[in-house]
Amino acid sequence: MTEKPRLTREQIAQRAAKELIDGAYVNLGWGIPNLIADYLPKGLTVYFHSENGILGMGRRAKPGEEDYDLVDAMKVPVTLIPGASFFHQADAHLMTRGGHLDVAVLGGFQVSEKGDLANWKIPGSKGSGGIGGAMDIAAGAKTLIVCMEHNTKEGAPKIVKKCSYPLTGIACVNTVVTDLAVLDATKEGLQLRELAPGWSADEVQNLTEATLIVRGQVPEMKLAGN
Amino acid sequence: MKQKIVASLDAAVADIPDGARIMFGGFGGAGFPNNLIQALSRKGVKNITAISNNCGTREGELGIMFKNGQVRHVIASFPGPHANYFQDRFAKGEVTCELVPQGILCERMRAAAAGLLGFYTTVGVATEVANGKEERVIDGKRCILESPIHADFALIKARKADELGNLTYRLAARNFNPIMAMAADTTIVEVDEIVPVGAIEPENVITPAIFVHRIIQAKGVRFAG
Repeated sequence: MTEKPRLTREQIAQRAAKELIDGAYVNLGWGIPNLIADYLPKGLTVYFHSENGILGMGRRAKPGEEDYDLVDAMKVPVTLIPGASFFHQADAHLMTRGGHLDVAVLGGFQVSEKGDLANWKIPGSKGSGGIGGAMDIAAGAKTLIVCMEHNTKEGAPKIVKKCSYPLTGIACVNTVVTDLAVLDATKEGLQLRELAPGWSADEVQNLTEATLIVRGQVPEMKLAGN
Repeated sequence: MKQKIVASLDAAVADIPDGARIMFGGFGGAGFPNNLIQALSRKGVKNITAISNNCGTREGELGIMFKNGQVRHVIASFPGPHANYFQDRFAKGEVTCELVPQGILCERMRAAAAGLLGFYTTVGVATEVANGKEERVIDGKRCILESPIHADFALIKARKADELGNLTYRLAARNFNPIMAMAADTTIVEVDEIVPVGAIEPENVITPAIFVHRIIQAKGVRFAG
Protein backbone atom coordinates (compact mmCIF):
# COMPACT_ATOMS: atom_id res chain seq x y z
CA MET A 1 0.00 0.00 0.00
CA THR A 2 1.38 3.36 -0.93
CA GLU A 3 0.84 5.95 1.76
CA LYS A 4 -0.76 9.26 0.92
CA PRO A 5 1.70 12.04 0.10
CA ARG A 6 3.04 14.03 2.98
CA LEU A 7 4.57 17.50 2.84
CA THR A 8 8.16 17.69 1.62
CA ARG A 9 10.84 19.21 3.83
CA GLU A 10 10.58 22.36 1.72
CA GLN A 11 6.82 22.49 2.25
CA ILE A 12 7.23 22.11 6.02
CA ALA A 13 9.59 25.10 5.87
CA GLN A 14 7.13 26.98 3.68
CA ARG A 15 4.31 26.43 6.19
CA ALA A 16 6.52 27.37 9.14
CA ALA A 17 7.56 30.60 7.37
CA LYS A 18 3.95 31.74 7.67
CA GLU A 19 4.32 31.80 11.47
CA LEU A 20 6.80 34.70 11.22
CA ILE A 21 5.63 38.29 11.56
CA ASP A 22 7.02 41.46 10.03
CA GLY A 23 9.98 42.88 11.94
CA ALA A 24 10.54 39.74 14.01
CA TYR A 25 13.98 38.72 15.30
CA VAL A 26 14.33 35.07 14.40
CA ASN A 27 16.85 32.25 14.89
CA LEU A 28 16.76 29.28 12.52
CA GLY A 29 18.32 25.97 13.57
CA TRP A 30 19.90 23.20 11.51
CA GLY A 31 17.91 21.06 9.09
CA ILE A 32 14.42 21.97 7.93
CA PRO A 33 14.40 25.30 9.85
CA ASN A 34 17.35 26.48 7.78
CA LEU A 35 15.17 26.25 4.64
CA ILE A 36 12.63 28.75 6.00
CA ALA A 37 14.62 31.79 4.85
CA ASP A 38 13.87 30.78 1.25
CA TYR A 39 10.10 30.91 1.82
CA LEU A 40 9.50 34.24 3.55
CA PRO A 41 6.17 35.71 2.46
CA LYS A 42 6.65 38.68 0.12
CA GLY A 43 6.89 42.08 1.80
CA LEU A 44 7.94 40.62 5.15
CA THR A 45 11.22 41.79 6.68
CA VAL A 46 12.67 39.47 9.29
CA TYR A 47 15.97 39.95 11.13
CA PHE A 48 17.75 36.64 11.21
CA HIS A 49 19.98 36.02 14.22
CA SER A 50 22.98 33.70 14.12
CA GLU A 51 24.51 32.34 17.31
CA ASN A 52 28.01 33.29 16.16
CA GLY A 53 27.13 36.94 16.56
CA ILE A 54 25.11 38.24 13.63
CA LEU A 55 21.78 40.04 13.57
CA GLY A 56 20.39 40.89 10.15
CA MET A 57 21.81 37.94 8.25
CA GLY A 58 20.76 37.93 4.60
CA ARG A 59 20.73 35.30 1.87
CA ARG A 60 23.54 32.83 1.29
CA ALA A 61 26.56 34.21 -0.56
CA LYS A 62 26.66 33.55 -4.30
CA PRO A 63 29.70 31.88 -5.88
CA GLY A 64 32.54 34.40 -5.91
CA GLU A 65 30.90 36.47 -3.19
CA GLU A 66 31.91 34.22 -0.26
CA ASP A 67 33.76 35.72 2.70
CA TYR A 68 34.70 32.99 5.17
CA ASP A 69 34.68 35.45 8.07
CA LEU A 70 30.96 35.90 7.41
CA VAL A 71 29.32 32.52 7.92
CA ASP A 72 26.15 31.25 9.57
CA ALA A 73 25.93 28.64 12.34
CA MET A 74 26.20 25.90 9.72
CA LYS A 75 29.49 27.35 8.42
CA VAL A 76 27.85 28.52 5.19
CA PRO A 77 28.99 31.92 3.81
CA VAL A 78 26.13 34.41 4.03
CA THR A 79 25.40 38.08 3.35
CA LEU A 80 24.00 40.92 5.45
CA ILE A 81 20.92 43.09 5.10
CA PRO A 82 20.99 46.85 5.82
CA GLY A 83 20.95 47.46 9.56
CA ALA A 84 22.89 44.32 10.44
CA SER A 85 25.21 44.15 13.44
CA PHE A 86 27.95 41.96 14.92
CA PHE A 87 28.54 41.00 18.56
CA HIS A 88 30.36 38.25 20.42
CA GLN A 89 29.00 34.78 21.16
CA ALA A 90 28.01 35.60 24.78
CA ASP A 91 25.76 38.43 23.62
CA ALA A 92 24.43 36.22 20.82
CA HIS A 93 23.24 33.76 23.44
CA LEU A 94 22.16 36.47 25.82
CA MET A 95 19.66 37.15 23.04
CA THR A 96 18.57 33.51 22.77
CA ARG A 97 18.40 32.79 26.49
CA GLY A 98 17.15 36.14 27.71
CA GLY A 99 13.91 36.10 25.76
CA HIS A 100 15.00 38.78 23.28
CA LEU A 101 14.28 36.83 20.10
CA ASP A 102 10.69 36.74 18.92
CA VAL A 103 10.84 33.31 17.33
CA ALA A 104 13.28 30.42 17.27
CA VAL A 105 12.82 27.43 14.98
CA LEU A 106 14.59 24.16 15.76
CA GLY A 107 14.64 20.71 14.24
CA GLY A 108 13.54 17.81 16.42
CA PHE A 109 13.87 14.08 17.04
CA GLN A 110 10.96 13.96 19.50
CA VAL A 111 8.41 16.35 21.00
CA SER A 112 6.32 15.26 23.99
CA GLU A 113 2.74 16.15 24.81
CA LYS A 114 4.09 18.42 27.57
CA GLY A 115 6.14 20.36 25.02
CA ASP A 116 9.48 18.75 25.93
CA LEU A 117 12.01 18.63 23.10
CA ALA A 118 14.73 16.09 22.26
CA ASN A 119 16.91 17.15 19.34
CA TRP A 120 20.61 16.69 20.02
CA LYS A 121 21.44 13.02 20.40
CA ILE A 122 20.06 9.71 19.21
CA PRO A 123 20.48 7.05 21.90
CA GLY A 124 23.15 4.54 20.98
CA SER A 125 24.64 6.76 18.28
CA LYS A 126 28.42 6.73 17.96
CA GLY A 127 30.58 9.63 18.99
CA SER A 128 30.36 12.45 21.47
CA GLY A 129 27.17 14.08 20.20
CA GLY A 130 26.97 17.85 20.32
CA ILE A 131 24.64 20.34 21.98
CA GLY A 132 25.63 23.60 20.31
CA GLY A 133 23.17 26.40 20.99
CA ALA A 134 20.02 24.27 21.11
CA MET A 135 19.61 24.16 24.90
CA ASP A 136 20.06 27.93 25.28
CA ILE A 137 17.59 28.55 22.47
CA ALA A 138 15.03 26.07 23.82
CA ALA A 139 15.21 27.57 27.31
CA GLY A 140 14.88 31.18 26.25
CA ALA A 141 12.90 31.66 23.06
CA LYS A 142 9.69 33.66 23.41
CA THR A 143 8.13 31.38 20.81
CA LEU A 144 9.74 28.06 19.94
CA ILE A 145 8.62 26.32 16.76
CA VAL A 146 9.85 22.81 15.97
CA CYS A 147 9.94 21.64 12.35
CA MET A 148 10.31 17.91 11.75
CA GLU A 149 8.85 14.89 10.03
CA HIS A 150 5.87 13.44 11.91
CA ASN A 151 7.43 9.96 11.97
CA THR A 152 10.90 8.43 11.76
CA LYS A 153 12.05 6.74 8.57
CA GLU A 154 11.01 3.46 10.20
CA GLY A 155 7.55 4.88 10.88
CA ALA A 156 7.84 5.38 14.65
CA PRO A 157 5.99 8.40 16.05
CA LYS A 158 8.11 11.43 16.87
CA ILE A 159 5.26 13.14 18.73
CA VAL A 160 5.26 11.10 21.91
CA LYS A 161 3.85 10.96 25.43
CA LYS A 162 7.32 11.21 26.94
CA CYS A 163 10.63 11.71 25.14
CA SER A 164 12.86 8.63 25.22
CA TYR A 165 15.77 10.45 23.55
CA PRO A 166 18.09 12.72 25.58
CA LEU A 167 16.27 15.96 26.32
CA THR A 168 17.15 19.41 25.01
CA GLY A 169 14.63 21.23 27.20
CA ILE A 170 11.38 20.73 29.09
CA ALA A 171 8.02 22.42 28.42
CA CYS A 172 9.72 24.67 25.87
CA VAL A 173 7.92 23.98 22.56
CA ASN A 174 5.04 26.24 21.49
CA THR A 175 4.25 24.94 18.01
CA VAL A 176 5.20 21.91 15.94
CA VAL A 177 5.05 21.92 12.14
CA THR A 178 5.33 18.45 10.62
CA ASP A 179 4.70 16.88 7.23
CA LEU A 180 1.19 15.98 8.46
CA ALA A 181 0.02 18.73 10.79
CA VAL A 182 0.47 21.96 12.73
CA LEU A 183 0.18 21.43 16.49
CA ASP A 184 0.13 23.87 19.39
CA ALA A 185 1.35 23.00 22.88
CA THR A 186 -1.32 23.93 25.45
CA LYS A 187 -1.64 23.27 29.17
CA GLU A 188 -3.93 20.36 28.36
CA GLY A 189 -1.63 18.88 25.71
CA LEU A 190 -0.96 19.14 21.99
CA GLN A 191 -3.81 20.64 20.02
CA LEU A 192 -4.27 19.95 16.33
CA ARG A 193 -4.43 23.31 14.53
CA GLU A 194 -4.12 22.29 10.88
CA LEU A 195 -3.88 19.14 8.77
CA ALA A 196 -1.80 18.44 5.68
CA PRO A 197 -3.92 18.35 2.50
CA GLY A 198 -5.77 15.04 2.23
CA TRP A 199 -5.22 13.90 5.83
CA SER A 200 -7.88 13.49 8.53
CA ALA A 201 -7.50 14.07 12.26
CA ASP A 202 -7.98 10.34 12.91
CA GLU A 203 -5.29 9.38 10.42
CA VAL A 204 -2.81 11.78 12.01
CA GLN A 205 -3.72 10.57 15.50
CA ASN A 206 -2.99 7.01 14.40
CA LEU A 207 0.56 8.05 13.52
CA THR A 208 1.03 9.91 16.82
CA GLU A 209 1.79 8.43 20.24
CA ALA A 210 0.59 11.46 22.23
CA THR A 211 -3.16 11.97 22.46
CA LEU A 212 -4.01 15.00 20.35
CA ILE A 213 -6.64 17.53 21.31
CA VAL A 214 -9.09 18.07 18.47
CA ARG A 215 -11.61 20.91 18.75
CA GLY A 216 -14.20 21.08 15.97
CA GLN A 217 -13.32 20.85 12.32
CA VAL A 218 -9.56 21.07 11.81
CA PRO A 219 -8.73 23.19 8.75
CA GLU A 220 -6.38 22.17 5.97
CA MET A 221 -2.89 23.71 5.92
CA LYS A 222 -2.39 26.55 3.49
CA LEU A 223 1.06 26.93 2.05
CA ALA A 224 2.18 30.34 0.87
CA GLY A 225 1.17 31.08 -2.67
CA ASN A 226 -1.98 28.96 -2.76
CA MET B 1 55.50 50.84 27.42
CA LYS B 2 55.29 47.16 28.19
CA GLN B 3 56.43 45.15 25.19
CA LYS B 4 53.70 42.72 24.20
CA ILE B 5 54.71 42.06 20.61
CA VAL B 6 56.61 38.79 20.40
CA ALA B 7 59.18 37.85 17.80
CA SER B 8 57.69 34.63 16.48
CA LEU B 9 54.79 32.24 16.76
CA ASP B 10 57.04 29.71 18.47
CA ALA B 11 58.17 32.31 21.00
CA ALA B 12 54.53 33.22 21.69
CA VAL B 13 53.73 29.72 22.96
CA ALA B 14 57.18 28.75 24.28
CA ASP B 15 56.22 28.72 27.97
CA ILE B 16 52.92 26.80 27.65
CA PRO B 17 53.52 23.68 29.74
CA ASP B 18 52.18 20.15 29.47
CA GLY B 19 48.84 19.85 31.29
CA ALA B 20 47.86 23.49 30.67
CA ARG B 21 44.21 24.56 30.40
CA ILE B 22 43.91 26.45 27.13
CA MET B 23 41.00 28.29 25.47
CA PHE B 24 40.85 28.42 21.67
CA GLY B 25 38.69 31.02 19.90
CA GLY B 26 36.82 30.46 16.65
CA PHE B 27 33.52 29.24 15.25
CA GLY B 28 32.44 27.88 11.89
CA GLY B 29 35.87 28.23 10.29
CA ALA B 30 36.12 31.93 11.25
CA GLY B 31 38.31 33.48 13.93
CA PHE B 32 40.53 30.50 14.74
CA PRO B 33 44.12 31.22 15.88
CA ASN B 34 45.37 28.69 13.34
CA ASN B 35 48.97 29.89 13.30
CA LEU B 36 49.25 29.72 17.09
CA ILE B 37 47.65 26.26 17.09
CA GLN B 38 50.26 25.10 14.57
CA ALA B 39 53.01 26.52 16.78
CA LEU B 40 51.59 24.80 19.85
CA SER B 41 51.41 21.57 17.91
CA ARG B 42 55.07 21.95 16.84
CA LYS B 43 56.07 22.55 20.43
CA GLY B 44 54.59 19.17 21.28
CA VAL B 45 52.76 20.07 24.52
CA LYS B 46 50.84 17.13 25.95
CA ASN B 47 47.88 16.42 28.22
CA ILE B 48 46.24 19.76 27.69
CA THR B 49 42.65 20.61 28.53
CA ALA B 50 41.16 22.34 25.48
CA ILE B 51 38.24 24.71 25.95
CA SER B 52 36.71 25.43 22.56
CA ASN B 53 33.34 25.44 20.87
CA ASN B 54 34.40 22.56 18.63
CA CYS B 55 37.20 20.06 18.10
CA GLY B 56 38.55 20.88 14.66
CA THR B 57 37.84 20.18 11.03
CA ARG B 58 39.89 17.14 10.06
CA GLU B 59 43.50 18.37 10.51
CA GLY B 60 42.42 22.00 10.50
CA GLU B 61 41.89 24.29 13.45
CA LEU B 62 42.18 22.16 16.62
CA GLY B 63 42.21 18.92 14.59
CA ILE B 64 46.00 18.72 14.46
CA MET B 65 46.17 18.68 18.28
CA PHE B 66 43.90 15.62 18.39
CA LYS B 67 45.70 13.96 15.49
CA ASN B 68 48.94 14.26 17.46
CA GLY B 69 47.37 13.11 20.73
CA GLN B 70 48.14 16.31 22.61
CA VAL B 71 44.74 16.78 24.24
CA ARG B 72 43.54 14.88 27.30
CA HIS B 73 40.25 16.63 28.10
CA VAL B 74 37.85 18.84 26.16
CA ILE B 75 35.21 21.30 27.27
CA ALA B 76 33.09 22.04 24.18
CA SER B 77 29.54 22.67 23.04
CA PHE B 78 29.68 21.02 19.62
CA PRO B 79 32.74 18.88 18.81
CA GLY B 80 31.50 18.75 15.23
CA PRO B 81 30.79 16.33 12.41
CA HIS B 82 34.25 16.76 10.84
CA ALA B 83 36.28 16.43 14.05
CA ASN B 84 37.32 12.91 13.11
CA TYR B 85 40.64 12.92 15.04
CA PHE B 86 38.81 13.96 18.21
CA GLN B 87 36.05 11.38 17.68
CA ASP B 88 38.56 8.54 17.12
CA ARG B 89 40.38 9.28 20.36
CA PHE B 90 37.12 9.91 22.24
CA ALA B 91 35.85 6.47 21.13
CA LYS B 92 39.07 4.87 22.41
CA GLY B 93 38.81 6.70 25.74
CA GLU B 94 42.03 8.64 25.12
CA VAL B 95 40.19 11.97 25.36
CA THR B 96 37.39 12.83 27.77
CA CYS B 97 34.77 15.46 26.97
CA GLU B 98 32.40 17.70 28.90
CA LEU B 99 29.60 18.95 26.67
CA VAL B 100 28.30 22.39 27.66
CA PRO B 101 25.42 24.32 26.05
CA GLN B 102 27.02 26.99 23.88
CA GLY B 103 25.68 30.08 25.62
CA ILE B 104 26.40 28.55 29.02
CA LEU B 105 29.97 27.88 27.89
CA CYS B 106 30.23 31.62 27.16
CA GLU B 107 28.71 32.62 30.48
CA ARG B 108 30.88 30.22 32.49
CA MET B 109 33.96 31.79 30.93
CA ARG B 110 32.55 35.25 31.49
CA ALA B 111 31.86 34.39 35.13
CA ALA B 112 35.53 33.44 35.51
CA ALA B 113 36.51 36.72 33.87
CA ALA B 114 34.17 38.72 36.08
CA GLY B 115 35.19 37.21 39.40
CA LEU B 116 31.83 35.51 39.85
CA LEU B 117 31.77 32.08 41.45
CA GLY B 118 28.76 30.72 39.58
CA PHE B 119 25.22 31.37 38.44
CA TYR B 120 21.84 29.67 38.18
CA THR B 121 20.21 28.95 34.83
CA THR B 122 17.17 27.18 33.44
CA VAL B 123 19.29 25.94 30.50
CA GLY B 124 19.89 22.21 30.71
CA VAL B 125 17.41 21.48 33.52
CA ALA B 126 16.28 17.82 33.36
CA THR B 127 18.89 17.06 30.67
CA GLU B 128 22.22 15.21 30.80
CA VAL B 129 23.88 18.57 31.40
CA ALA B 130 22.25 18.78 34.83
CA ASN B 131 23.85 15.57 36.11
CA GLY B 132 25.67 16.17 39.38
CA LYS B 133 24.72 19.85 39.57
CA GLU B 134 22.81 21.54 42.37
CA GLU B 135 19.20 22.21 41.40
CA ARG B 136 16.83 24.69 43.05
CA VAL B 137 13.71 26.68 42.25
CA ILE B 138 13.92 30.46 41.82
CA ASP B 139 10.82 32.50 40.96
CA GLY B 140 8.99 29.23 40.35
CA LYS B 141 11.54 28.08 37.76
CA ARG B 142 13.72 25.00 38.06
CA CYS B 143 17.36 25.94 37.58
CA ILE B 144 20.84 24.50 38.00
CA LEU B 145 24.08 25.93 39.36
CA GLU B 146 26.85 26.43 36.82
CA SER B 147 30.48 27.06 37.77
CA PRO B 148 33.10 29.34 36.17
CA ILE B 149 35.52 28.08 33.51
CA HIS B 150 38.97 29.58 33.77
CA ALA B 151 42.10 28.91 31.73
CA ASP B 152 45.85 29.33 32.02
CA PHE B 153 46.10 30.54 28.44
CA ALA B 154 43.73 31.81 25.75
CA LEU B 155 44.81 31.61 22.11
CA ILE B 156 42.68 33.98 20.07
CA LYS B 157 42.46 35.61 16.64
CA ALA B 158 41.72 39.27 15.95
CA ARG B 159 41.89 41.45 12.88
CA LYS B 160 44.02 44.22 14.24
CA ALA B 161 45.96 45.05 17.40
CA ASP B 162 47.64 48.24 18.39
CA GLU B 163 51.01 47.91 20.14
CA LEU B 164 49.25 48.03 23.52
CA GLY B 165 46.95 45.13 22.66
CA ASN B 166 43.67 46.89 21.95
CA LEU B 167 41.83 44.65 19.48
CA THR B 168 39.30 44.83 16.68
CA TYR B 169 37.71 41.88 14.92
CA ARG B 170 36.46 41.24 11.42
CA LEU B 171 32.79 40.38 10.69
CA ALA B 172 31.66 37.17 12.41
CA ALA B 173 35.25 36.13 13.17
CA ARG B 174 34.71 37.81 16.54
CA ASN B 175 32.61 34.97 18.05
CA PHE B 176 34.28 33.49 21.18
CA ASN B 177 37.49 35.51 20.98
CA PRO B 178 36.61 38.55 23.14
CA ILE B 179 35.15 36.31 25.87
CA MET B 180 38.15 33.99 26.03
CA ALA B 181 40.49 36.98 26.05
CA MET B 182 39.00 37.95 29.41
CA ALA B 183 38.92 34.52 31.04
CA ALA B 184 42.55 33.37 30.94
CA ASP B 185 45.66 34.32 32.94
CA THR B 186 47.61 34.86 29.74
CA THR B 187 45.97 35.82 26.45
CA ILE B 188 47.95 35.41 23.24
CA VAL B 189 46.48 36.96 20.11
CA GLU B 190 47.40 36.46 16.47
CA VAL B 191 46.39 39.35 14.26
CA ASP B 192 46.48 40.26 10.59
CA GLU B 193 47.94 43.66 11.34
CA ILE B 194 49.70 45.55 14.17
CA VAL B 195 49.20 49.32 14.21
CA PRO B 196 50.69 52.12 16.37
CA VAL B 197 49.05 53.11 19.63
CA GLY B 198 46.29 55.57 18.86
CA ALA B 199 45.58 54.21 15.39
CA ILE B 200 42.43 52.47 16.61
CA GLU B 201 39.73 54.92 17.68
CA PRO B 202 39.09 54.28 21.39
CA GLU B 203 35.37 53.87 20.74
CA ASN B 204 36.09 51.17 18.16
CA VAL B 205 38.12 48.97 20.48
CA ILE B 206 36.32 45.67 21.06
CA THR B 207 38.81 43.99 23.43
CA PRO B 208 40.65 46.49 25.65
CA ALA B 209 44.41 46.00 25.99
CA ILE B 210 44.17 45.02 29.67
CA PHE B 211 43.07 41.54 28.56
CA VAL B 212 45.87 40.99 26.03
CA HIS B 213 49.37 39.87 27.02
CA ARG B 214 51.13 38.78 23.82
CA ILE B 215 50.66 39.88 20.22
CA ILE B 216 51.92 38.16 17.12
CA GLN B 217 51.29 39.13 13.53
CA ALA B 218 50.62 36.07 11.43
CA LYS B 219 49.36 35.30 7.98
CA GLY B 220 48.93 32.32 5.81
CA VAL B 221 47.14 29.51 7.58
CA ARG B 222 43.47 29.17 6.86
CA PHE B 223 41.29 26.09 6.84
CA ALA B 224 38.14 26.33 4.74
CA GLY B 225 35.31 23.81 4.76
